[in-house]
Amino acid sequence: MEYKKNPLTPHLQIYAWQISSLLSITHRITGVINAIAISMICIWLLLVISSEKIIFEGILNSSFGKFLSISLCWTFSFHMLNEIRHLIWDAGYGFDPKISKITGYATLILSFLLATIIYLIGVNL
Amino acid sequence: MAEFSLSNNSKIIKGEYYKDKTGSNNLKKVNVYRWNPDDGKNPRIDTFEVDMNNCGPKVLDILFKIKNEIDSSLTFRRSCAHGVCGSCAMNVDGTNTLSCIKSHSDIKGTLNIYPLPHLKVVKDLIGDLSNLYKQYESIQPWLKTSKTNTEKQEILQSQKDRSKLDGYYECILCACCSTSCPSYWWNGDKYLGPAVLLQAYRWISDSRDEEKKERLKKVADELKLYRCHTIMNCTNSCPKGLNPAKAIGSIKKMLATS
Repeated sequence: MEYKKNPLTPHLQIYAWQISSLLSITHRITGVINAIAISMICIWLLLVISSEKIIFEGILNSSFGKFLSISLCWTFSFHMLNEIRHLIWDAGYGFDPKISKITGYATLILSFLLATIIYLIGVNL
Repeated sequence: MAEFSLSNNSKIIKGEYYKDKTGSNNLKKVNVYRWNPDDGKNPRIDTFEVDMNNCGPKVLDILFKIKNEIDSSLTFRRSCAHGVCGSCAMNVDGTNTLSCIKSHSDIKGTLNIYPLPHLKVVKDLIGDLSNLYKQYESIQPWLKTSKTNTEKQEILQSQKDRSKLDGYYECILCACCSTSCPSYWWNGDKYLGPAVLLQAYRWISDSRDEEKKERLKKVADELKLYRCHTIMNCTNSCPKGLNPAKAIGSIKKMLATS
């Protein structure tokens, strides 16, 4: 029997989110954001070096700029910490559902902590 | 590119509402996905009011009750009713499980029952698993040995080697894990999925099998294996408490270290 023309059963629409799947998609999204952000920061640095004055100072000092920098602190922290989790999995450890749940929540909490620390260090430099 | 939304003929419409006729004071609303191949309409969600005072403890008991007492056209697969055969795998309350071992008292409020996700529906709660069976066949799930005649009659295995299969031989191929995996949803035609990869690992780690290298080589493929991104939906949904994510991780590790 062929069922190719039959309807597809619902998937994303109905599947319950879990901490593991939520962190997995967040990992991807933060990865993309980080890749774009690093490129932008590099371009900005080149512009600053070549023109010998700080460009976009107004935008960076605005509340939007602050929001952006705090957000980037978090996306970098989260992606880095969750990548460590992935490296531990690659080494063959931490697959137990209970342990992966604990490491998942730990990653999430620590990412906020690390983001705060990075931001505070940056502000006080 | 993955299709995240449902196509027009798969969109779910509002179905019928079956009011309770028993006058029971302990009712549970049960939403069930329905699709009839013969009427040419879209899939729908029917709502049944079920008398819980006279109902067994499992989700499968509710389905039986609906089929016996309310709507006999409700279609679902089931066989052993003891979590051994894997026939009654479906999506209950958002996660895949065997309805015969899932207690409905765990679920507060309305109960939602859908077929296994991202399959072509055959009827109501039955999805088409032929792709998964084809993939299972592709990993050649049988013992391969060059031994012949009397040698082959009984191939001995130490207790230690036998214990390497624990946590893998118990798989009943109910497909809960594979159909819970977003990666398998988007790339199911090429990616083997957790159920088949767990089986692949079961044969790779069998000390009696002589084609470990060939098996590893065959599975080592960007799409077949490495579409696993350790999302862990598989392990979280396995009704037998097995760990497909770990099996896939072990295959990746073997390939990286061999």
